[in-house]
This record gives sequence, structure tokens and C-alpha cells, in this order.
Amino acid sequence: MPRNLSKTDVVIVGMGAAGGVAALPLTNAGLKVVGLEAGGWLSPRDFAPDELRNGARNWPQSVQKAASEAPTVRATAADQAVQGGHPMMNAVGGTTMHYWAQSWRLNPWDFQLVTATRERYGANRIPGGSTIEDWPFTYAELEPYYDKVEYAVGISGQAGNVQGNINPAGNIFEGARNREYPMRPLRASPFTDMMGTAARKLSWNPFQGPAAITTELYDGRPPCQYHGFCNKGGCHVQAKSSTAFTVIPKAVDTGNLEVVTYARVINIVTDNDGKVTGVDYIKGNETFFQPADVVLLASYAYENVRLLQLSKSRAFPDGLSNNAGQLGRHYMSHHQGSPVLALFDRDLHNWYGLPAQGVAIDEWADDNFDHAGLDFIGGANLWVHTDRKPMAAAKMSTFGAVPSWGSDWKAFIMKNADRSNMSYIQKTTLPYEDNYLDLDPVVKDPLGLPVTRITARYRDNEKRIAAFSQDKMEQWYLEAGAIEVTKFGPGNAMGASTHAYGGTRMGLNSDTNVVNEWGFCHEAPNLGILGGSVMGSSGSRNPTLTVQALAWRTAEYLANNWRSVVG
Amino acid sequence: MAGNNNNDKTQAEQRAVDQPSNPSRRNLLKGVGVVGAVALSGAATSNLIAADAPADAGSVADSIVAREALEVLTALEAETLEAICDCLIPSDDNGPGAREARAVHYIDRSLASHNSAARHDYMIGLSAVNDYARQTGNKAFHQLGRDQQNAILLAVQNDNLDGFAPSSGGFFNMVRSHTIDGTFSDPYYGGNRDFVGWDMIRYPGIRLGASESDVAQGADLEPNHQSAYDHSTYTKMAQNMRGTPQSSVRGGRDHA
Repeated sequence: MPRNLSKTDVVIVGMGAAGGVAALPLTNAGLKVVGLEAGGWLSPRDFAPDELRNGARNWPQSVQKAASEAPTVRATAADQAVQGGHPMMNAVGGTTMHYWAQSWRLNPWDFQLVTATRERYGANRIPGGSTIEDWPFTYAELEPYYDKVEYAVGISGQAGNVQGNINPAGNIFEGARNREYPMRPLRASPFTDMMGTAARKLSWNPFQGPAAITTELYDGRPPCQYHGFCNKGGCHVQAKSSTAFTVIPKAVDTGNLEVVTYARVINIVTDNDGKVTGVDYIKGNETFFQPADVVLLASYAYENVRLLQLSKSRAFPDGLSNNAGQLGRHYMSHHQGSPVLALFDRDLHNWYGLPAQGVAIDEWADDNFDHAGLDFIGGANLWVHTDRKPMAAAKMSTFGAVPSWGSDWKAFIMKNADRSNMSYIQKTTLPYEDNYLDLDPVVKDPLGLPVTRITARYRDNEKRIAAFSQDKMEQWYLEAGAIEVTKFGPGNAMGASTHAYGGTRMGLNSDTNVVNEWGFCHEAPNLGILGGSVMGSSGSRNPTLTVQALAWRTAEYLANNWRSVVG
Repeated sequence: MAGNNNNDKTQAEQRAVDQPSNPSRRNLLKGVGVVGAVALSGAATSNLIAADAPADAGSVADSIVAREALEVLTALEAETLEAICDCLIPSDDNGPGAREARAVHYIDRSLASHNSAARHDYMIGLSAVNDYARQTGNKAFHQLGRDQQNAILLAVQNDNLDGFAPSSGGFFNMVRSHTIDGTFSDPYYGGNRDFVGWDMIRYPGIRLGASESDVAQGADLEPNHQSAYDHSTYTKMAQNMRGTPQSSVRGGRDHA
């Protein structure tokens, strides 16, 4: 039997990007919160500027819980699912420790994709087989929460639309924001200047994207030093605005947050009336039961869905909050593959770059351009950035010019190591009827619990966006003087992704959605869900800021409506 | 100068490297690297236990190689792999390569740590390379001429030869990737010795911060020959962090 602990108001499962943000409004409201985290605390000392350690040795995520329960992947139900790697990690702060820190708001179109598409192009333009729905609210409803998170966490960027005033230095296509970013954007570089100039020649509007990275002294943290080891690494000066260095310490300081590390939640417990009573977790060799009035599930999308699927009870025989059969459905791995690679005839000066320092083009994203004569909806954000490290540089493509080894190869990389660039193109990705998450019937984690199985593939709409956006990217590189351009394939199976959406989708209709418009389960009203798993559309940009805005909104709703949620 | 970055570099080696009278570290290493390899292969094939030889004045690379422990690989495996690495990233008119970087030393150590899962594939693959070398050239791989070695490696890469795990092309890609890792990773891990890898591709080295002026200089920036772990921030001592209040330790209290 699990050891019973004393009851708390709220237990949050996962102290990462979402759970860390939710903890602050809750504890500020005086609620007692226990945050259960499968990983431990990390400090700047843990983040050496070491490409081998971050990349090849896969530190710090290689020995974490998430790595041991990596999903299996198959394109269709007829294929054999194979377990691959897992991009996520466990720590206080979660993946905000080592992510790229790009911190976008979604475009207003992403919230009302179905209605907007019908109105502009007709109902038949929604791709067949897609289960896409409008979100239960518009961008304007989420705007105040984007704003709160941008200031609480610390986001740098250049606004393009403040209360309707358009500034071409920023993203002219973004939804109206109430005020400027709290910090100026990351600085330009010779490469971003070159690409920006080329974009303007094409009459496009280049701008530096937003990042959860300080560019000035902010809330006691120093500005970015541009040493460039962001990717899969934490920041040695805490310039990356991980929740571990921002909102979580603030919540701890209220005296109302208790963080329990190395706690592996295995079950969400419900009573016979279907009400959630707390969670079971393993720490060391002991199992504990943490009772709570409200549970907020804030692990990653795969683990959110898996924990619910594993939490079977009399009230929920097919998994918690799955009596309508919607758990695991409407799943999407963001289509962020199919890049374009370019070679230039001069050094690009990118040895001290980072993934969040770059240039964005939004002309071909969302519904920012007319799709009347096209055979797809949505689009892609084009992003080029400055990150370069020596091992990866030495493994560069040779563009067919020389063999992949020997003296000619050596001469090639000596000349070209700082001359290539790989674009990052994030594409609108839709949910489809037979793309879903379930429990793998064979593969188990070290506790003997089945891992998640992803059955999903990209369809024509995603592949057409890929081809269309690659053409735009090629045009941009050539305008900038590229001497070689390579396009990668359109993609097929949706692998395990750092941008995973759906599985516990948010919506008003309880027949097609797991959580309501506030993030609480239709079938278990004192269970809230935080993370990309509630998102019904992907947008064409990184999800973390939207995940965090949604988390703040759910937490604030809970604090303001405590009695009705607790029931 | 190189600094005390290589934790396995002896004082004698360090002195030799630091000698201002040495004409050129790069050329010196390039020259003796070849001599060292010949000496090694002679000893290994003679079935004799090598006697302690007096150190040859100036043979820096010889002593470097001689002092490397083989943590995982057998002597023959190491010689075979040394020759493969030398084909992949050769010492040539453009300067030193994987041999001077001690890529094999890196791979050997990595097989005891983060590449341990690849140990079996190396065992099978290196044996298959030598079998193929004896069938086609009547010698162990490392004893063949460079043209023969290159021809064999090309066949391993493209012709899907038998006897490899998981495949000959897969083995080739793995060894190529690890050779690059050993040549261009932080020297802490035993390769990229004297920063020959970073110098080769004109990477100006790790910095804890880079100014706009640094970035603008690109590859003309003065190379910073330091390992990440020359910065005490990332070592156990972390003296510059001691006594500093860290937000990261707040809230670390566990109740269970």
C-alpha cells in the first residue's frame, strides 16, 4: 500500500514549462501546492559549453525518466511500431532548461482555423479526414496570458503590432498585443544582416524572433553572453528564462510551493464517483499517495496521455477521462522537418551563434497569403539561425562536390565549415481521424508499464506546405547568394517530437474533446491538464509560450473559481 | 599556448609542446606521427613484449601514443582503427589529421563510456576489415599501402561486404562519425589533441561570451585553445560559484 501523505490543495505533476508557470498564480493566491518532478534540480554549473556532452553523450536527458519511456512510432496501424529516441528530459524546469527558447505567440488564425477557412475559401477546403476544430476561444482571450508570461518569465523580442500599430521591425502578421516585449530582441549578426537584406530585396518583412533569453539585466539575471551552447544545453549565466530560474523560485518564495524531486507519478487516483482524489508516485523504493483537492497534470504530451490511459478505475475503465473515447485522439507531431540546406561562397561568422538568434519570415505562414489558387491551407514560418558547433560543422553535407572522407573531403571542410546553413521551417499540422496515441502492446518501461505508441503520418496538406515553403526558402537563400541549395524529403511518419500536440484536446464539445475551455476534464472536473496535449491546432511556430499562457490561464481560473472546481 | 587542458597529458609532453624552440608544433607532430605509427605496428606484429626504450629526443607524438592506455580495444584493433582514422581524416599537405588529434584514443575511451553499446560492432567490424585486407592484400589492414587501404574502405562503405555488424556501410558510417567526434570534440575526452581539429576548420574555440566584435572577426578571431573544463565553473571545485546564493538551491527541500 502506498504511504499516505497529508492532503494539499493542488498537486502539479511535472515542474517544467507548464507546471512551473501554473505554480506561480496558484501560490500567489495562497493555495498550497505540491509540485512532483521526476528529475532533480540543476544549476548553471551543470551546463558546460561542451558539444560532445550536449549532443553525442546526450546529457542531461539521457538518463532521465523520459528517455526510458520513449514512445514507439509507426506511420499506420499496418506498420510495426519501433521505439526511437526521446527529445524531452526531466528536471525542475523540464525542457526549458535545454530548449532553443523560441517563444512565439500563435497567429489569431490558428485559433479559428475552421471558421476562417470556410469564410475565405469555402468549407470544402478543410482537408478530408481532418478532425480539426476551432479553439473554444480566440487569440484575444489568450492575449492577456501571453502578456503575463512574457513578463513573468522574461521574453525578448521585437513587437510588430502593439494595439494595432504596426511596426515593420517586428512581425507585421502577429495578433495585436497590449504592449511591447519586456526586453529588446537578441542582437543581429553578419549572417542575420545578410539574410535580412536578401529578404527585403524580395519585398518580404524579416524580423528577429522572440526568445526566452535575456538581452539585458532582467529580474536579477544577466543578459545573454552569446557563447552559443543553448541547443540541448542549459545557460551558464541563467540568461535562458527557464521556469527553474524564474517562476518556480518565485513560487517557492511564497512559502506555498513544495517541490518533490525524483518523484515518478504512476497513477492518478479517482473515487467511485469519478472524482480525482490525488496521485500515487514512486520515490526511491517507496510508493506514496499524495491526496489533493485538485490535480494538474503537467508532464509532456506523451506522458499526460499515457498517465491517463494507465489510470484505470471503476469510474473510468478505459482510462481516466476517456469514457467518450477521445483520449489520445487529435494527435499531431509538428511538421518541422523537410529543411533546406544552403552553401555560401564566404564565411558566415556563425561560430558563436544560437538557435534563437536568427531571422524569421512570416509571409508564408498561417493564412498570411492568399490560398485561393493553392491546394492546401496553412503555411510555414521560415527561420534561419546562427547556431554552429565544430563537430556538427565537420559533419556538414559536401553537396556532392567531394567524397565524404579523405584529403579532398578534408580540404572541403577546411574551406566550408562556416559556410553552410540549415533552415528551420515550422509548418501548420492538422489532426486526422487515424492519427492517435495509445499504449504499446509490447514495449514496456523499466517499471513494466507500457510506453506510448504513436500511430501518425503527415498527409497531403502538410506535404504540400513542405514543398511550397521549401521553394520560398530556396528563393531566399539564392537571393542571399547561396551557391548550392539542397531540399530534404517531404516527411511521412510523425516521430516523437518536441512539438507534440493533442491527445487531451481542449474544446466545448465533450464528445470530441477531453478538457473544457478552461483546461479541466469534462468527465473529471477537478483534474486539469496543462501542456501541448490540450492544443487543437499546431500553428507554424514553437509551442512553449502558448503552453505557458494556457497554463497560467488554467491556474488563474482555478484560483478564482476554487469552490466550483473542487466541487 | 595550449594550457593545462589535457588531463591525461604528462608534464614531459607538455614541456615538449611548450618548447618555444620547436619550429612548429603542427609540423613536428605531423612528422613524428608517422614515425610513431611505424614503430607501433612493428612492435605489435612481432609478438614480442616491447622493452622500455629510451625516449627519443623530440619524438613527442611517439611518447604520446606510447603512453596511451588501451582501455577497451585490443592492440591489433587499435592499430587497425588508427589506420582507418588516418585514411578518413589524413595527415597531408593541408596539415595534421585524425592521427595527430588522437581520434583513436578518444574512440577507445568512449567505448568504455557513452559509446559502450558500439563495442561489439567495433570488434566484429575491425576483424572483418582485417580479414578482407588479408584476402585481398595478404597483410593486416594497417600494413597495407594507403591506396590499398583506401580501396578497402571504399568497399566497406559502398559494397555491403559480409562479416560486419550491423552492415559494412553502417560500420563505416559509425567509424566516420566517431572519428569526427574524436577529432573535433572538446580535448577533455582524449581527442582533438592540441586543438588540431578546431584549428583545421578555423573554429576559434570555446568562449564564455562572444562580443559583436568577436563575431565580426569570424575565423580571424584569435583561437582560444582551452577546454570547457579549463573554466573552473564547470569543474568540481567551482571556486567562483562557492558561497554564491543560487536560485537553483531554493525549493530543493523534499518532504518524502
